[in-house]
Amino acid sequence: MAVQAKKAPIEPKHPLDDLIRTDRMPHIWCPGCGIGTVFSSCLHAMLASGIDLDKTVMVSGIGCSGRGAGYAKVDSFHTTHGRAIPFATGMKVANPDLHMIVFSGDGDLFAIGGNHFIHAARRNIDMTVICINNLNYGMTGGQVAATTPSLARTTTTPLGNPDSPFNLPLLAYASGATYVARWTMLHTREVTDSIQTCLTRKGFSFVEVLAPCPVNYGRRNKERPLDTLKMYQDKTIIKNGANPAELGVDFKKRVVLGTFVDVERPTFTETYDKLYHKE
Amino acid sequence: MSNPAVLTGEHYMTGDEACAEGGLAAGCQFFGGYPITPATEIAEHMSSRLPQAGGTYIQMEDEIAAMASILGASWAGKKSMTSTSGPGFSLMMENIGLGICTETPCVVVNVQRAGPSTGLPTLGAQGDMMQARWGSHGHYEIIAFAPMSPQEMFYHTIEAFNLSEKYRLPVLIMSDEIIGHMSEKVIIPDAKKIKTFERVKPKGRKDRFKPYETTAYGVAPMPAAGDGYRVHITGLTHDDRGYPAMSPEAQEIMMTRLIGKIQNNLDDIIRTEQYLMDDADICIVSYGASARTAYAAVEDARRDGIKVGLLRLITVWPFPDALVQELSRRVKAFVTVEMNMGQIHREVERCACGRAQAVLVGHAGGAIIPPEKVYAALKELTLKKKK
Repeated sequence: MAVQAKKAPIEPKHPLDDLIRTDRMPHIWCPGCGIGTVFSSCLHAMLASGIDLDKTVMVSGIGCSGRGAGYAKVDSFHTTHGRAIPFATGMKVANPDLHMIVFSGDGDLFAIGGNHFIHAARRNIDMTVICINNLNYGMTGGQVAATTPSLARTTTTPLGNPDSPFNLPLLAYASGATYVARWTMLHTREVTDSIQTCLTRKGFSFVEVLAPCPVNYGRRNKERPLDTLKMYQDKTIIKNGANPAELGVDFKKRVVLGTFVDVERPTFTETYDKLYHKE
Repeated sequence: MSNPAVLTGEHYMTGDEACAEGGLAAGCQFFGGYPITPATEIAEHMSSRLPQAGGTYIQMEDEIAAMASILGASWAGKKSMTSTSGPGFSLMMENIGLGICTETPCVVVNVQRAGPSTGLPTLGAQGDMMQARWGSHGHYEIIAFAPMSPQEMFYHTIEAFNLSEKYRLPVLIMSDEIIGHMSEKVIIPDAKKIKTFERVKPKGRKDRFKPYETTAYGVAPMPAAGDGYRVHITGLTHDDRGYPAMSPEAQEIMMTRLIGKIQNNLDDIIRTEQYLMDDADICIVSYGASARTAYAAVEDARRDGIKVGLLRLITVWPFPDALVQELSRRVKAFVTVEMNMGQIHREVERCACGRAQAVLVGHAGGAIIPPEKVYAALKELTLKKKK
C-alpha cells in the first residue's frame, strides 16, 4: 500500500540567514558569552541600514570577537592580532565605495592594536569600529587586558590587577572619533540602533559594547553569568552626551551608557581628494 | 596627455626615485608609507606622484600599519606597495606572513642599511638577506629582487609587481642605501612598451566561487572586496573555501599549494646574469650594490689572466639551487661578494656541496666593498691552486 509522501515541512527562514555563513556553524563562542548577541545586533543593523551588503566588508583581528568576520556572509577578513584597523584603512582608502566594519575585541583593538585605533580616529577614516569589551583575553584563557578593572583577578593577575583600565569612550573622543557610544550586550536594541546609525553616517564611528565572559572572567571574579546581566540592568544609566571623562567602568558605582559624541568633520578621503585629486 | 603614471624620457634620478617611478609604471594605486632612512625618498616621491596617477598615498602610524594597509588595499583590488629599511622591515614581518598565507599581491621595498638594531641608518649594507628569506614565522617561499642600479630599481619594481600579481604573494625588492641614494641615468620607455601583469579575476557563479581552489599553475583567481563574491579570507590555515581548517591534513594541502606555486615555476621566476663564465675556473656570486664591485674585480683579474667570471643574482630568492649546483661541477671555487658577514655565501656553500670551494668576501656594512679586496681573494685562490 502506497503511503502518500508527506510534504517536506517548510523550514522557517531566519531573517539573518543570508548574512551568516551557516555552513560554519556551530560557532566557537562559549555558553553565556556576550559576543554572539552583539554579532546578531551588528547583522540586524547591516540589514536595517539599507547599505549595499555586496559593498560591505567586515574586518576582524584575533581573539574570540575576532572570529566575527568568519561568520558574516559579506566580504570578510580575519587579519593579524591588533591590525584589523590598518588593514581596513588601506582597503577603505583604496576603494572609498566600501562600507567598512571592524568587529573585534578589547585586547585586540586597545592593547596590541591601540596605536592603530587612535590614528584611524585622528584621520577620521570612514569606518565603524565595534569593540566587544569583555574585560579580558578570553581566547587564551582569561589574562589581564588593558580594560580589566583594577584589582580584578585573571590568570596573569592571580592576586589582583595592579593596572588601571582604559576609559574607551574617552580615548576615542580624545583621538578624534566623530561618533562614540557605549552599551552593554543586554541593550540589544540600542546596540543595533547605534550600529545602524554608524553605518549610514560618515566618519570614524566607535561603539563599545560591554559583554560577559563568564567562563574566563566571571568565574574568577565571583560573578555568576546571570549576576553580570543583572548588573548590566541595575548598575547602568543612560546619559547621552555625558562627559567622556566620567565614563570609567566601575560597576560598584554606576556605569554610564549612551551616545557621547556625534559630530561631523571631513574624512581623510574627502580632504585628500580635495587636495590631491583636483580634476 | 599620455599616461601620467609613466614618466617617459631620459632622467638623472636616484634609485629611490626610480623605484617609485617603477611602481607607478607598473600600475601601483596605493602606497602605505612610513619614513625611514634611507628609503624615505620613495615615500616622498610617491606622495606627490601617486595622486597624479589617480592613486592614494597615506602615511601610516608605523611600519606594522603600513604593511597591513597595503594588504587591505590589495584586497580592495588595487596594486599596492610600501618601502622601508631594516628596523621597519622587522616590524613588517608578521603581516608579510599574512600576505603569504592569504596570497595577497603587493610589493615591499627594503633599502637596506647596516644593522643590527638602529645600526648605521645612512650607510648601506646587505644584512637583511636571510631575514627576507625567513623573517616571518612558519615555512614559506618568497621572491626577492636585488637591483644594482637606479635603472634596475625602475625595472625590478615593475617585475616585482608582475610576479606578485601572477603568483599572488608579497614580492620583496632587497635594495641597499648605495643604490637607493645613487643618482644615475634612468631611461623610462613609452607606456606602451611596459609590460604589466593584471590580476586574474574570477568568472562564473559567485555563490560557487572558491578563493583558494587549486588551479593548473597553482594560483587561484582573486576577486576584490566589493565584487559580490562575499569571500572569507583568514590568516588561519584554511581550505579551498577560505574557511579555517584546523587539521594537519588541511595544513599540508595549503602548504603544498603555497610552496608549490613558486617551486613549480622557478624557470619563470628566477633571473640571473652570467659574465665571462664560459671558461671560468672561479665564479664570483654577487648581487645588488656588491655586484658593481664584483664586475670591477672580474675585469681587473681577467686583465691579469685569472679565469674568473660572475654569476649575478637578479632575483636572490628563490635561490637558483640548480644553477649553482651545475656551476659547482665546472668551477673550482666560488667567491661570494656581499655586504654582510656571510648570508648568501651559506646558500652557495650549500649548493656547491663540497664540489667546489666556497669563499666569502664579506663586509660588516657601512661601505661598498672595494674591488681590491675581491681581487686579493681571487689571487689567493690562484696561488693555492698552483701549490
